[in-house]
Amino acid sequence: MLKLYGKYFSIHLKSVMQYKGSFFATVIGSFLTSFTVFLGIFFLFQRFHQVEDFTYEQVLLCYGIMLMGFAVAQMFASGFKVFDSMIANGEFDRILCRPRNEIFQVLAYRVDFVRIGMLLQGVVMLAYGLLSCQVDWNFPRVVTVVFMVIGGCVLFSALFLLDGSIAFFTLQGLEFMNVFTYGAIEHGKYPLGIYGREMLTFCTFVVPYALVQYYPLTYVLGRSDNPFFIFLPLVACLFVIPCWIVWRIGVRRYKSTGS
Amino acid sequence: MIEVQDLCKTFQVARREGGLGQAVKALFHREYETIRALEGVSFTVKDGEMVGYIGPNGAGKSSTIKILSGILTPDSGTCRINGRIPWKDRRKHVKEIGVVFGQRTQLWWDVPVADSFELLREIYAIPTEVYQKNVDELTELLDLAQLLRTPARQLSLGQRMRCEIAGSLLHSPKILFLDEPTIGLDAVSKLAVRDFIKRLNKERRTTVLLTTHDMQDIEALASRILLIGKGKILLDGGLEDIRRGGEHIDETVAELYKKFDVT
Amino acid sequence: MKKYLAFFRLRFTMGLQYRAAALGGLACQFFWGAMAILAFGAFYKTDPASFPMSMPATASYIWLQQALLTLVSMGGIDQEFFNVIQSGNVAYELCRPVDVYGMWYARSAATRVANAFMRCMPVLAVAALVPAPYGLSAPPSLTAFLLFLVSLALALGVVTALGMIVYMLTFHTISPRGVRLIAVGASDFFSGNIVPLPFFPEGFRQFSELLPFSSTANVPIRIYTGDLYGQEMLWLMLLQAFWIAALVALGKLLEWKELKNVVVQGG
Repeated sequence: MLKLYGKYFSIHLKSVMQYKGSFFATVIGSFLTSFTVFLGIFFLFQRFHQVEDFTYEQVLLCYGIMLMGFAVAQMFASGFKVFDSMIANGEFDRILCRPRNEIFQVLAYRVDFVRIGMLLQGVVMLAYGLLSCQVDWNFPRVVTVVFMVIGGCVLFSALFLLDGSIAFFTLQGLEFMNVFTYGAIEHGKYPLGIYGREMLTFCTFVVPYALVQYYPLTYVLGRSDNPFFIFLPLVACLFVIPCWIVWRIGVRRYKSTGS
Repeated sequence: MIEVQDLCKTFQVARREGGLGQAVKALFHREYETIRALEGVSFTVKDGEMVGYIGPNGAGKSSTIKILSGILTPDSGTCRINGRIPWKDRRKHVKEIGVVFGQRTQLWWDVPVADSFELLREIYAIPTEVYQKNVDELTELLDLAQLLRTPARQLSLGQRMRCEIAGSLLHSPKILFLDEPTIGLDAVSKLAVRDFIKRLNKERRTTVLLTTHDMQDIEALASRILLIGKGKILLDGGLEDIRRGGEHIDETVAELYKKFDVT
Repeated sequence: MKKYLAFFRLRFTMGLQYRAAALGGLACQFFWGAMAILAFGAFYKTDPASFPMSMPATASYIWLQQALLTLVSMGGIDQEFFNVIQSGNVAYELCRPVDVYGMWYARSAATRVANAFMRCMPVLAVAALVPAPYGLSAPPSLTAFLLFLVSLALALGVVTALGMIVYMLTFHTISPRGVRLIAVGASDFFSGNIVPLPFFPEGFRQFSELLPFSSTANVPIRIYTGDLYGQEMLWLMLLQAFWIAALVALGKLLEWKELKNVVVQGG
């Protein structure tokens, strides 16, 4: 399976390298877009210095972690973002004619190298946050950060899967899903606690953003001693299950109604 | 062996009318229209047969092919291909069939054809010796030697179709579904494709189900004809049944459509 | 004129047909605004003294940004033209004996207005219902509101002209994704979509307000919230008009240059 994915990957890489100019222009464009969001944070903190007892460095740490997870998800799960066009042009029929798992094929269908700009920005912010925050680093805290990135990646990928699955039902996709993907990374740049109690509850029990961001963050920053928080990002990965179920329902529906 | 018994399939299509008023109404209430694509389609195809599947547009041809490929589930009826039910055993079933869609490509656009073939090899998990033998044979028979290093986007339609067909045969399928394979091809390519399919059927006993509007394809290849119209099989016979001595075959088929009132 | 009305009606009907998308888009924008305001609310709780505008004004600013996205933001740019350019159909357009710039400009603007009808009103309506200080509040006076409308019309002129330049640039690059990203990114940032312009540090803010992007959303919204009035307001509205002239001139210049070396892609 891995070998197969490797082959897909090298084909995508070859394709992208054919259009080097366009590729670099897009990377720069996407980096600039991310960068303006960072600038926004920078300006706000020049004025306010902190938000609800989170400092600038801590916010950067938080955002850097989230951005890394999101960028990786965007790079590798972008097949689901274009899934509605895959149905429209018959590519999904082609996928069903192949003896491999459909989700795997959709994942392998597209690798969005352009997102590497965002990934780099995430790494830089994370590094800066790590160095400048007065965090008492120990092994559990490092592991927590790693889990947060992984959890973020899986959670966003699951949301992309859900977003793609909607194409089975409405054929135009649902713009509303953007709230859960792009909206989440946009507003998830601040620790979720600042948005109030109701939002935090929603982000804990409905879509587990807080399990990937807020609670582990409080553990890393030393505000909480609860070791359970270390593993919450992994618990958040269970969110894949309901998304996968929606996908399966969608596939069954597709098979019974054609396109 | 393909066994199809009493396949039925209906579709619900949303009805949309033009105009501003209708559009506002559509925001609140959708009306649906029922389309009967297949109404009791039955036939059997034995191993090694070459069947032409013809009928006017909207008759149910593509629905049948989709069901046989396992992409679509029928409302009722049975279908067994080499003992399997296509939509239930998708992965195993699909390994034994090859599908060529005339208007869509399965080759990757920006990379050499050989790379696409390599990827297909991996997808179908074809053992190396089998793969090599198939590639060599197909390259020779379809004259692909110059084309393998070329990206698909630089190929002409005829060249691409030859590569498509080769790609769909790499895993040595026992059954081949061809959906309008010669559409848009020049005369030379058409002949090449037809010759190849004939040879494939003779040497490897590959079962071929061919849907096409090109009657010369049918004449050249098919020993048996299935005519479908308005969701029902109207004719199941040999070429002689639709040829009427001297008449041009297109005219014969047009007459048939009229006779069965399916145009 | 009748042509544009017919075009307008067609667009509007098309918009209505995508009902799921229409509702989804509205909800999307509403949530975006709500989250942004909550964040600012948190900042306000931490340090109200550092706010350059009142909380209600900030909230109104953000709601208006969201509501007016389809109308005056680069993000609302009509994708159809990009498809025309990429597919090579642009050759047909250029072969017609019409003023390409003028035609595309008018169609662009008409599309924005048509789309905006569906999207702006409902968002504004809901935002007005949100209780103060987080909801959309009324402008300080009728004059302010009328001036807001005038400024908005000017803003439409500016953003359409900006869009035209982006189209012209893609003639040459045939890679609209990168150009678009840069254009939308810069535009969003400098028009106050990322962070309201009044929150920028002083020097940088003055600089940003000189750029054409501020003349899209920032100026009319500031007029509405009462943050902009008097002499400064007139000066910035004049700047809007200036930018329309300058950008149209630049666009036409680019058109003239690009028509000469059109790369037709396709086949």
